[in-house]
Amino acid sequence: MALDRSAKLALIGTAAGLFSGLFGVGGGSVIVPLLVLWLGYTEHEATGTSLAAIVFIAAFAAATQGFYGNVRLLDGVLIGVPAIAGVMIGTSLQQKLPARTISLLFAAVLVAAAIELLAE
Amino acid sequence: MTGVVLIGLMGGVLAGLLGVGGGVLFVPGLILFIGLGQHQAEATSLLAIVPVALAGTYRQNRFGNVRRADALLLGLLSLVGAGAGVALANSLSGRDLRIAFALLTLAVAIQLTRRALGDRPVKPSRQKNDPIQPGKS
Repeated sequence: MALDRSAKLALIGTAAGLFSGLFGVGGGSVIVPLLVLWLGYTEHEATGTSLAAIVFIAAFAAATQGFYGNVRLLDGVLIGVPAIAGVMIGTSLQQKLPARTISLLFAAVLVAAAIELLAE
Repeated sequence: MTGVVLIGLMGGVLAGLLGVGGGVLFVPGLILFIGLGQHQAEATSLLAIVPVALAGTYRQNRFGNVRRADALLLGLLSLVGAGAGVALANSLSGRDLRIAFALLTLAVAIQLTRRALGDRPVKPSRQKNDPIQPGKS
């Protein structure tokens, strides 16, 4: 069963890595549901473990993108620094409330972003 | 400027709440507010994700929510995929990549909505072929 478990982790990791590299995201939207579904993680454990895995994934993918000359350091700081404050707020909120309302709000923001991107 | 700071903050909240990197907001933010191209936005998003995920991991670890061995294994096993994904992204035109990214964004929005609404299990069958009036003999 240990092998089975490792195989599942390998599959999740590969899928998340591909997603991350292709779209410039962390891959968490692949990792979290699969950890819950396949490995019986709780929602909170899945989000915590996903964030830790993302550190590796994003660092490697960013370095590879740097090799292609696509990374804009200053813009990364501009968006990344407020995001650090955001993640502190987000992890605290997560311990206190079921994410329902906030998830719906974000879904609406994402739909708006998608429409903007398609219209560009 | 204000827009990009705000979307950075929101992306961070999303990251902390949902265990993602926040890139699904960073990428459109960098494109729409700073005017980066799709490839640059994705690359820059990945860079911004690193400190966000680090800070999030630190917090979640204190709440006891990080399974370290699995996280390490997941992270290491994802590197090949990540490299391949970056190479693939750079082989696509900005326009194609943007359309694909917009579709991903919509998919994540749908996933979020379903989870928020309780994600009722899919019924095993539509019962189209069931007898219409089972009570009648």
